[in-house]
Amino acid sequence: MTILLDPTAELRPIKREKLPRPASLAGLTVGLLDISKARGNIFLDQLATHLAGQGVAVRRYRKPTFARVAPATLRQEIVQDCDVVIEALAD
Amino acid sequence: MSFFPPDGLVAIVKRGCPTCELVVPALRELAVQPMPLTVYVQDDPAFPVGLTAVSDTTLEASYRLNIEIVPTLLRVVNGQETARVEGWNKDNWRRLTQVADLGEALPDHRPGCGSKSVEPGMPEKLAVRFGDATIASRRVEVPPLLDDIEFCYEQGWSDGLPVVPPTEERVFRMLQATPRDPQEVLGLVPPNKVPLTVEKVAINAVLAGCKPEYLPVVLTAVTAALRDEFCMHGILATTYFSSPVVIVNGPVAQQIGMNSGVNVLGQGNRANATIGRALQLVIRNVGGGRPGEIDRAVLGTPGKYTFCFAEDEAGSPWESLAVSRGVEPGQSAVTLFAGDGVYAVVDQLSRTPESLARSFAATLKTVAHEKLALASEVLLVVSPEHGRVFHAAGWSRQRLLAELHQRLLRPGSELVRGANGIAEGMPEQFGGETAVSKFPPNGIHIVHAGGPAGMFSAVIGGWVATGSKGTQAVTQVVV
Repeated sequence: MTILLDPTAELRPIKREKLPRPASLAGLTVGLLDISKARGNIFLDQLATHLAGQGVAVRRYRKPTFARVAPATLRQEIVQDCDVVIEALAD
Repeated sequence: MSFFPPDGLVAIVKRGCPTCELVVPALRELAVQPMPLTVYVQDDPAFPVGLTAVSDTTLEASYRLNIEIVPTLLRVVNGQETARVEGWNKDNWRRLTQVADLGEALPDHRPGCGSKSVEPGMPEKLAVRFGDATIASRRVEVPPLLDDIEFCYEQGWSDGLPVVPPTEERVFRMLQATPRDPQEVLGLVPPNKVPLTVEKVAINAVLAGCKPEYLPVVLTAVTAALRDEFCMHGILATTYFSSPVVIVNGPVAQQIGMNSGVNVLGQGNRANATIGRALQLVIRNVGGGRPGEIDRAVLGTPGKYTFCFAEDEAGSPWESLAVSRGVEPGQSAVTLFAGDGVYAVVDQLSRTPESLARSFAATLKTVAHEKLALASEVLLVVSPEHGRVFHAAGWSRQRLLAELHQRLLRPGSELVRGANGIAEGMPEQFGGETAVSKFPPNGIHIVHAGGPAGMFSAVIGGWVATGSKGTQAVTQVVV
C-alpha cells in the first residue's frame, strides 16, 4: 500500500448558490461593471440607455485593469450599492 | 519520540561486516566486565555467537544514535552518550572501555563498514518511519491494486504527462535540499489565493520529477511568480497564450546541470524540464489554476507544460540578463517573463551589427501584430553565432537595445485601425504621432543562449497586457 502526500491546497471550495433572479428590475439598482477590456464600455453604454429608459437606477463601475481581479473596495462598493450587477467582458 | 540508549557500553554491529566479525572476541571480553554491555545487531539477531544481542533490524536504534559505521562502540551515562569509537581501533576501544588488555590477539586497527541505516534511501525512510519528518500535508492512501501513477492522474494532479508519485520519502528527501522551514509561507498563490508553503512546493517538485538540488531554484521561481508586478493571476486567466518563461542565471545553473547550449529551448535536460514544470504544477495543484476553468487560453502554448532554460553566460558578449537587471555578478537568480511561443529569426548573411539588428527588428515588429505597439514586452534569445557579430564589433547590450528601439519606431499613421486595409491596430489618437515605439522603454529583454552552430536567434513575445496594467518581467535572487 502506497501513501502519497497531497500536493493540493486541501481546500474544498464552498459551493455558493446564485441568488434567484429578480422577477422585475422595478425599484432595484443595477451596477454595470466595465472590466476595462476594449469596447466593453460600448456594450455597457447601450445597456445603460436601455435600463434608464425603463426607469431603472443604474450605477457605473470600472476595474482599473482586466488583467487583475477587482479590488476588494470596488467589490464591496458594488455589493453595498446595487441589487443586481452586470459585468461586461468584450474585445 | 525520545530514545534513550541503555547505560554502560553500547555496541552496534552487523553480521555482514568483516570488522564486526573481527571484534566479536573483544565484545565477549566486555560482556563479562562489570560495566553492562548492550549489543545491537542490524541484520541477524543470532550474531554475535555466544552473546545476547538486541535486534535492531528496524534500524531504529541505529537511526536514533546516528550510526554511520559499524562496529560503533558508545559509552552512555544517564542516557547520554559520552564517548564514541567507529570501526576497530585497539587503543581507542581500550581507552573508552577502560579495559587495559582488551582484544590482545586482534590487529591494531581495522576500518568498519557502512551502517545499514545510512544505505541509499534509508535515512529518508527512517525519518518518515520514526516520526522525525515534519510533513503536515494530508496523507492519501492509494487503493490496493491501483497503479500509483494512474492514481495521481485520477486525483487531477497531472498536467497530462505522468507525474512522480509524491511519497513521504521522496518529499522528505526533497525538503532536505533547503534549510527553510517546510511550513514557511511564500505568499498567496493564484487563482485561489492560497497560502503556499515550502512543503507544498516540494511535493509538486517531486511530482514534476525534480532532483532535490533543484528545489532552491523552484522556490525562487515560485516566489517570483507570486510578486504582484508579475501578475500571475492574469497570465493564468487570460485568453492569450502566455505562460511563465523561467530564465536561470549564475553559478546554480551549472551546479544543477541546466542546459544553456544546444537545443536550449527544447527537450532533453531534466533540470530545465522539471523546474519549469514544477512551477506550473504549483499553480495547478495549490492555486487551483486549471485549463478550462480559470485558465481560459484560446490556444495556449506548449510552454505551459514547462519553459525554463539557463543563459549561456560564459560565451556571452554581454553581462548576464540578471546582472543587467541589477543582480550582483556571481549571484544566482531567476527571471520570469510572461511569454508565448518561439518565433524564429533567420539571418545567415549579416556580418555587421547594423545589418543583424535590422533583421532582429524586422521580426520584433511583428510580435502580437505588426500594427500593435506598446502592447507587450519581448524576450530576444541571441544565439552564439549571432552574439559573435556584436562581440566582434564591440556592441554592448545597451547599444543593441538602443538600435532596436530606434529601428522599431513607426509612424502612427501606419498603425492606426484601418490602416493598410486591416481593421486591427492602434486607437485613432496615435494617428498623428510620427514615431510610436513598439515596446515600452525597458520592454526588450536580451538573453544569450543556444548551440554553437546556426545563425538563428529567437523572439518570444510577451503577454499583451504590460506594465502596471498587466505583467512585468521579474528577477529574484536564489537564496
